[in-house]
Amino acid sequence: MADVTFIVDGNTLTAPAGTLLIDACKSHGIEIPAFCYYPGLSLQAACRMCVVRIEKMPKLQTACTTPVAEGMNVTTESPEIAQARKATLQLLLGNHPLDCPVCDAGGECELQDMTFKYGAADSFYAEPKNHRDEQKWSPVVYFDRPRCILCYRCVRMCGEGMDIFALGVANRGASSIIAPNIPAHLSGVVENGTELAQLDCEQCGMCIDACPVGALTSGTYRYKTRPWEMNHTATVCTHCGDGCKTTLGVRSVADGSEILRGDNRDKSGMNGDFLCNKGRYAFDFANNIERLTSPLIRKDGKLVPVSWDEALNFAGNKLRDLRQERGPNSIGIIGSNRTTNEENYLLQKFARTVIGTNNIDHHRTADFVTLATSLQGTTGRFASQHDVEKSPAILLVGGDPTNQAPLTAWNIRTNVRHNKARIYIANHEEIKLRRQAKAFLQVSQFGYGSLATYLAGDDSAALATSTIAQADELSSFRSALLAEANLTVVIGNEVRGGELANLIKALPHARFALLADYANSRGASDMGVLPDALPGYQSLAGSTIASEYAAADTPGLDLLAMFDAAAANKLSALYVVGSNPIKRFGIDPATLANTFVVVQDLFLTETAALADVVFPAANLYEKSGSVTNSYGDLQLVSKAADKAGTRSDFELIVRLAGHMGHDLKTLVPFGKGLRSDLGQSRGAQSGEADRHSVWMTANNLEPKTSPFDPFAILDEIQRLVPGYDKLLRLQLLSGNDQHVSPATSGLVQITAARKDLVLPSSDTLFTSGSLTRYSPMLQDVQRHQSTEVADHLASAD
Amino acid sequence: MATITTSIFTPATAARFDKLAGIYPVKRSALVPMLLYAQDEIGYVSDAVVTEIAQRLDLLELDVRNVLSYYSMLRTVPAGKYNVQVCTNISCMLRGGFALLDHCKHTLGIGHKETTPDGLFSLEEVECIGACCWAPAVQVNYDFHDDLTPAKMDAVLETYRAREPR
Amino acid sequence: MPTLVSHPDEVKVLSRRFGQGAANIDKYLELDGYKATQKAIAEGPEWIINTMKASGLRGRGGAGFPTGMKWSFVPKVSEKPKYILVNGDESEPGTCKDHIIFLEDPHSIIEGTIIAGLAVGSKMGFIYLRGEYRYLLNIMEKAVADAYAKGFLGKNIFGNDGVDFDIITQTGAGAYEVGEESALMESLEGKRGIPRIRPPFPAVVGLYGGPTVINNAETIANAPHILLMGGEAYAKIGTERNGGTRLFGISGHVERPGVYELPMGYSLRKAIYDVAGGIKGGKQLKAVVPGGASCPILRADEIDIGLDFDQLAKAGSMLGSGGIVVLDETVSIVEFALRTIRFYQHESCGWCIPCREGTDWIKKTLTRFHAGGGTRKDIDNVQYIAENMMGRTFCPLGDAAAMPTLGFVKKFRSEFEEYLAGARPANPLIQIQPVGEPEHAGAH
Ligand SMILES: Cc1cc2nc3c(=O)[nH]c(=O)nc-3n(C[C@H](O)[C@H](O)[C@H](O)COP(=O)(O)O)c2cc1C
Ligand code: SF4
Ligand code: FES
Repeated sequence: MADVTFIVDGNTLTAPAGTLLIDACKSHGIEIPAFCYYPGLSLQAACRMCVVRIEKMPKLQTACTTPVAEGMNVTTESPEIAQARKATLQLLLGNHPLDCPVCDAGGECELQDMTFKYGAADSFYAEPKNHRDEQKWSPVVYFDRPRCILCYRCVRMCGEGMDIFALGVANRGASSIIAPNIPAHLSGVVENGTELAQLDCEQCGMCIDACPVGALTSGTYRYKTRPWEMNHTATVCTHCGDGCKTTLGVRSVADGSEILRGDNRDKSGMNGDFLCNKGRYAFDFANNIERLTSPLIRKDGKLVPVSWDEALNFAGNKLRDLRQERGPNSIGIIGSNRTTNEENYLLQKFARTVIGTNNIDHHRTADFVTLATSLQGTTGRFASQHDVEKSPAILLVGGDPTNQAPLTAWNIRTNVRHNKARIYIANHEEIKLRRQAKAFLQVSQFGYGSLATYLAGDDSAALATSTIAQADELSSFRSALLAEANLTVVIGNEVRGGELANLIKALPHARFALLADYANSRGASDMGVLPDALPGYQSLAGSTIASEYAAADTPGLDLLAMFDAAAANKLSALYVVGSNPIKRFGIDPATLANTFVVVQDLFLTETAALADVVFPAANLYEKSGSVTNSYGDLQLVSKAADKAGTRSDFELIVRLAGHMGHDLKTLVPFGKGLRSDLGQSRGAQSGEADRHSVWMTANNLEPKTSPFDPFAILDEIQRLVPGYDKLLRLQLLSGNDQHVSPATSGLVQITAARKDLVLPSSDTLFTSGSLTRYSPMLQDVQRHQSTEVADHLASAD
Repeated sequence: MATITTSIFTPATAARFDKLAGIYPVKRSALVPMLLYAQDEIGYVSDAVVTEIAQRLDLLELDVRNVLSYYSMLRTVPAGKYNVQVCTNISCMLRGGFALLDHCKHTLGIGHKETTPDGLFSLEEVECIGACCWAPAVQVNYDFHDDLTPAKMDAVLETYRAREPR
Repeated sequence: MPTLVSHPDEVKVLSRRFGQGAANIDKYLELDGYKATQKAIAEGPEWIINTMKASGLRGRGGAGFPTGMKWSFVPKVSEKPKYILVNGDESEPGTCKDHIIFLEDPHSIIEGTIIAGLAVGSKMGFIYLRGEYRYLLNIMEKAVADAYAKGFLGKNIFGNDGVDFDIITQTGAGAYEVGEESALMESLEGKRGIPRIRPPFPAVVGLYGGPTVINNAETIANAPHILLMGGEAYAKIGTERNGGTRLFGISGHVERPGVYELPMGYSLRKAIYDVAGGIKGGKQLKAVVPGGASCPILRADEIDIGLDFDQLAKAGSMLGSGGIVVLDETVSIVEFALRTIRFYQHESCGWCIPCREGTDWIKKTLTRFHAGGGTRKDIDNVQYIAENMMGRTFCPLGDAAAMPTLGFVKKFRSEFEEYLAGARPANPLIQIQPVGEPEHAGAH
């Protein structure tokens, strides 16, 4: 829209016509106080804090509902305005408990800040305040009624933002109250004699995030600490493939530093306002007492704690000997969906150069190889998360973002709300997002291949595509899609192989994204943790990397083949990093009877329990590096917490290589190697090296003094991996996301016969693979959800 | 519309609700009248009423609850068969509204929003009922009784008692 | 049953059919019913709006906005359907005029609704009565059914092809705030009665997002009479910029309370002393609330004033809804103020802070004050809170609560001070412990 010029407190400002005064002012650094206003949600004009004086208007006006107009002359601070705001605060404080010293929001409270600013602390009412006990609405959401100022942010966040509508306003006047969707007398939940109202919802905690005061508090954080006693580190959530930034509040404890809070106060991430249940609360696995904190070696059948040296020597020597005796290809390596790009790259380089085999794989949660090869040579056809946020038209094929990629779902909803985006959905389930869809096509469970064929123009595929949809429904769906000039296609991970390739062929004008399951699933593929492709999906033979590695050019064993080999006594050793294949693929423990197994993990998983050597590893919240979300948006991971006795997977891989007698400089191109600072990476100080190097890089100093510095490897990744070569360090270090796409041509050739081996983990909002059982919060919430009266949300979808 | 298989309402009321849901440009518009008619029949807005009306209008039960708790004539607990609503707002107050309320409290032996043990009467102090020029005024269920005195009030209550079989 | 009153000074335009059984459609037709509608169909929108403008009719709901002008604001063309909304929520304490129109002359409201529809090109009208008016809803429903039966409503009304008009009648369920025009639309859409942000105004975006004319029942009922007698003729009855007559409900301490139709600008003193027969029991007048509870009170020495919007505004009060409440010398303003604020505290929708909390604190303070636990600071606090509500709330209810309160504490401060000193009314109207004061709606 055209710009208009207007005056605020004597300054001449300009903003696009129609901009709300409160936003226009904010973008020029003039803050207008507001309780009920929340950017992106519907307008309320209820709190009256944003009142300003506009020339020629008889009364004070609310800046939150007034669009700027040409020539408007506004005063935002004056004795009159200050008095109006002060009076409003006095009225609020009359009933407010003023229990700031124990309130979770203390120090982060908008009511506190405004009272401080307008000095309305003197309460002049003789009447007693009406007290109400705090209510537990769910394991993660608590409500403290007397603190509530009725700004209705939570109600709108839940309804407009999350499309759940689990919160409303009950009663009227002075007894108005925020009400959850299961009233006390129907909840069946009784705590010391009183029935409790309950929340039947997605437990995202967005209501808490939006609450300007301490009325809504988090079950995992309440009464734990004061905000200023924590260090806050913004990093990337480990739980799904969407790549939300979560700000972790950590506090020093005896054995390192523990995470107390995850939230989204820092809205700088690609997730903007959003964070789901897992991103907000499911950090607690990191503090679990079952964490491994000492290396273990199997001695006469039992895993017993040993020193790092003993464990590393034992594992290193054993691997070296087995490689000698039974050859590199008798060793297999399994990587992780939750380790950093640097670690994934390092692991496959370890396999290919230290061991000398292509027997490397991971639990694949989406067929990125097909995506990359189908789009090779094109430009701008890999979709970013930001496309879902902005694209005027989106096709969603398969998948259920609401449960598996919550940020993707949020962006789709927000895009519809703000930009009237057109959403087309083809799914075999009636997923919740169909409520936002312009067209919903219910395809048969195995109809995605036929859908691709049908979209490509073959009408004979209609019946196989959907038994429910009418012919005209199908054809209008197709023609609508072909008519969309600017189309983003988001594909669930059940679509893969030939079906995926054909779908991409059928829509030559569209941008594509593939939804994977974990924080760095995309990174694991991009970094070549695959038996038949090198980093960047380069082929095993002929590519630059291939020649540098001088490794075998024949494809190695894939994950399942490794276990077949083991069963056939052909696998001498298996090195598993942050993965639980035994559980995930339901493999019979006996298969590994005659294989030397080394596992590094957080917990004694089903796989670790079978190992001969177990290394206690740090998790994603305890290290630095980078991860790439499903869309190819790469972001910095910053070390937030610390657990004594654990080490980053990066360090462990390097040390293992060292103990195998490998020249580390050829593995990690770090600087003045001889004086490399190994000291900083021991014990509770582990990770110092990377944190230190991040700092040095940020300050343009020469880092990489340590072989444990992930940035040393990032140099090599940038040099060798297509798509990653265009990364800007400053963008990375300042926490911005950058989109990478392995878009060169000449990628690895894949045959129709290739097994994609994708196993969708079909996690829900309340599960996260093997971490689920180590998160008390997730356990609680699952119990809560299962006791809900199912049909309270029924008519909503 | 979610089709109601077994309604908790009488056939007549159920039929009326089917019609109500159809006449408005948006069917949710029928909510407030529906709640009132439901209360007239059931005696109050029970959970069952909330559930069925939510189904009929494709609303969340939460929405229905939030709306019903806004309106002061709607109640979620039973009242007496004859709900005596005494206006004490300014015009009635000037002509003895409070005295009348007091009188009712004593003759019925109940207080505000209470019900007689036999379940026949309940009492409520209400805001202006739009009979200011004929004050003091009282509403028993939907019947207006104007220009009252304690004596006239007794007579009014008697007429309702008389309706009951002895 | 409301008793009808009359007085020689009355000018019966709107009330001319009262007491003649006009609720019966045939009787209504005898008394030249539905002539205006047919005239309106014949003459067309332009003419209707001009006549209404000429009549100088101003809204009878309280705000007194010129009706002809309001109708002219409705856009000629609109993709969304246009609606007429008749506001019969009549809940302003001291007001019962619409009550009597619904009872005595329901068809005049139907006619007025059709006429408004013809004027702005709407095909559907809603008549919304307050929940307590169930027996009046039954009367309206009967009247509407009869009109349909005679072909005055529905398709091709009065045999005119393509001229369609439908009416839906319904009641609320107890909420003063729902009388506020935008809250009324919310209620009619099945929601909580929370007002809407304006702009956009109802004439542009109203019911179901369509352009909507919303008028008070009395305003609407005037339309047919105005079309029959002509705008100028109607305007002549009243005073400058205050055309015609108005139904005044005179209540409280007078000999002959009732609803009288007096010309706009009629003397307040005469209304009390002649028309309503003077102060009950020969007592002295203390004060008058001239237009319903939200209008600031007038002292006995302020009643030599003409009853129209402008003169009352000049006197620092309002004509409001025309409900004149008369207080004799025995009334304690402390009690009267308490009862008034109790009403607004109970009816505040709770949406915005100054009204929700302000009415609550004033009520709490005055309740304690009245019970004998007051302090001098309370009087200042009440005034401070009320002053800080004025003009700061989301809808006018906040002002409606603050204005009368300011009137009481400013004009009668001495009475509050005497009360502090221990003075008590000779015959108290409220028991000292207000037993069982109204709880809030529903849910608990
Ligand atoms: C709190 C509040 C209550 C109101 N109650 C009523 C009412 O009961 N009846 C009514 O006609 N207007 C009422 N009004 C005025 C309406 O908002 C609106 O101005 C009126 O219905 C317009 O019709 P008119 O122009 O014919 O007066 C109320 C306004 C407010 C702020
Ligand atoms: S002033 Fe505010 S709280 Fe009061 S009725 Fe209006 S919107 Fe509701
Ligand atoms: S922010 Fe404008 S009224 Fe609350």
